[in-house]
Amino acid sequence: MLKERDYDFSRLVEPDRVRKEVYTDAEIFEREMERIHETVWIYVGHDSQVPKAGDYTTVQIGRQPMIMVRGSDGKVNVLYNRCPHRGNMICGDTKGNTGDFFRCSYHAWTFHHDGKLKGIPMKEAYAGTRYGKDNPDCSIKKAARVQNYRGFVFTSLAKDGPTLKEFLGKSIVAFDDMCDRAPEGEVEVVPNCFRIIQHSNWKLFLENQLDALHPSVVHQSTGRAAHEVEKILAKKAKGGATPLSYHMLSAFATVTIDKWDDFQTINYPYGHCILTGYMGLRPQDPDTLAYDRIMIKAYGKKRFEEIVGVNIHHVLVYPGLSVQSPLQQLRAVRPLGVDRTLTEIWHFRLKGAPEAIYRRSLAYYNLVNSPATLINADDLENFWKCHQGLASDGGDWVSLGRHHGRDIERNGAIESGPKMGTSEAPMRNQMKAWSSYMKD
Amino acid sequence: MKFNLVVQHEVEQFLYRQANLLDRKQWQGWIDLFAADGIYWMPPDASYQTWDGQPAIFAEDKNLMTVRKLRVLHPDAWSQRPLWETTHVVSNVSIKHISKSGDVEVSSRFHMLELRRDNVRHFAGSYFHKMKKNKKGYAIQLQRVDMANAQAAYDYVLQVWV
Repeated sequence: MLKERDYDFSRLVEPDRVRKEVYTDAEIFEREMERIHETVWIYVGHDSQVPKAGDYTTVQIGRQPMIMVRGSDGKVNVLYNRCPHRGNMICGDTKGNTGDFFRCSYHAWTFHHDGKLKGIPMKEAYAGTRYGKDNPDCSIKKAARVQNYRGFVFTSLAKDGPTLKEFLGKSIVAFDDMCDRAPEGEVEVVPNCFRIIQHSNWKLFLENQLDALHPSVVHQSTGRAAHEVEKILAKKAKGGATPLSYHMLSAFATVTIDKWDDFQTINYPYGHCILTGYMGLRPQDPDTLAYDRIMIKAYGKKRFEEIVGVNIHHVLVYPGLSVQSPLQQLRAVRPLGVDRTLTEIWHFRLKGAPEAIYRRSLAYYNLVNSPATLINADDLENFWKCHQGLASDGGDWVSLGRHHGRDIERNGAIESGPKMGTSEAPMRNQMKAWSSYMKD
Repeated sequence: MKFNLVVQHEVEQFLYRQANLLDRKQWQGWIDLFAADGIYWMPPDASYQTWDGQPAIFAEDKNLMTVRKLRVLHPDAWSQRPLWETTHVVSNVSIKHISKSGDVEVSSRFHMLELRRDNVRHFAGSYFHKMKKNKKGYAIQLQRVDMANAQAAYDYVLQVWV
């Protein structure tokens, strides 16, 4: 059916609707991998995942198996996980330490941490041939471009294109907001990755992230349940505070569907978006006040107010990253196939912040982002149902028309209109970026 | 208290009952097996020594257990439609320690099959139970669940306790 349309990508996306094949067609998926995930800046990992020389972690970028490795010179390299000899993968594990060099498990070719050929067993066998250290094809191929912003390592597998900073634009606030909240201005990864696979197209995950209409529908059950227990705990505490973790969950019910229009989405070039904050994460309890004092000492009163005044709940860095900077959570989206998507979920410690502040981030990580999540369980169910429905012949289009025509363009960004936080502006913006990548 | 076959039998029966309550979705009955300060813990890695202050797949006291129970019983818990079935087998029950008052530390193995829609998933691993002796039998102070596949990518999520 799509073949007959002859891949007319200008016709797959209209300003307020999208053809269903965009989500379900395997050939479109291959083109997405080539044009988007293997071209634009994609998050690889945080450099604190590989603190020592030889530390590595493996990751899939688009369809490419890659290695992020710390060199003896302290530099973080991103390499294709492929031996230039016969094509064997170099690292078979998801993480580890390779020692002073890589050694292929098949024929023992060795490589430096930057991928350069180090040695070949009985190398005289190659005398007079084109193979040897002088031939760059005998080294492990490096990612075309690698950039590190405040510890967050990105790669682009294309030689040309915007710089990381140009690409991120205003969405760079995700990393600034996270790091600035640390008294030492840096974050450190907590070395645990929760990995969850959903059986649906990768774009459904991203579109859900800033969909302000869904939380009170989808997460009602957990919101209500947490609110019930929160009320009992409040009674027991006799006016004292209940743990913030209950508030994180109960907000899904106490913030009713109509209130979500009070929030706002701000949508940027390349498909990035921000959802303004709603969780009221500036309580006045002793832990927060102790943290505030440390922050004021580190930054001064004026800068401190600027830092904690950043009003963000979620930042979406299209096409592969969802960041909740005030809670130091990050979800990297790795498409595995047209109907299969992996999310890798990490959280971070604010360097120099008290343990109690870390515990908030941890509570959110465990309750919302673990494989026993009380929240995402119902999102994942919807993603699957959505993909099943889209694969049917029950209709050709996906509607993105909520508040269409009422978005406000300002300073190069598209904002949802006043009292229109549930606008489908973020999805329209993502599809706009998508179609500009996919068109010739 | 000394080890004897009666204690071994009581402990085994208790662990079977624990698993049976889960398979029969008797959530409150299952929560009632725990001591007032009891913890259900599933670490993401076997090397973890404590549930407190670290990433955990589950780290729930009775209050959080109650949240989970109320959630799955809510009519709009979408991932509970359709409901699913599990069946546990518990074995290799080995009492590691018995205190003077009869409190026990027990290790065992479990295998759980889950059916949801037409899909079967398998989960297996080890239990570690720290239990206080009381008039009714035991109260769980800690139930540690080490999944063999703790570090693997999860196909969807775990809806309730394993």
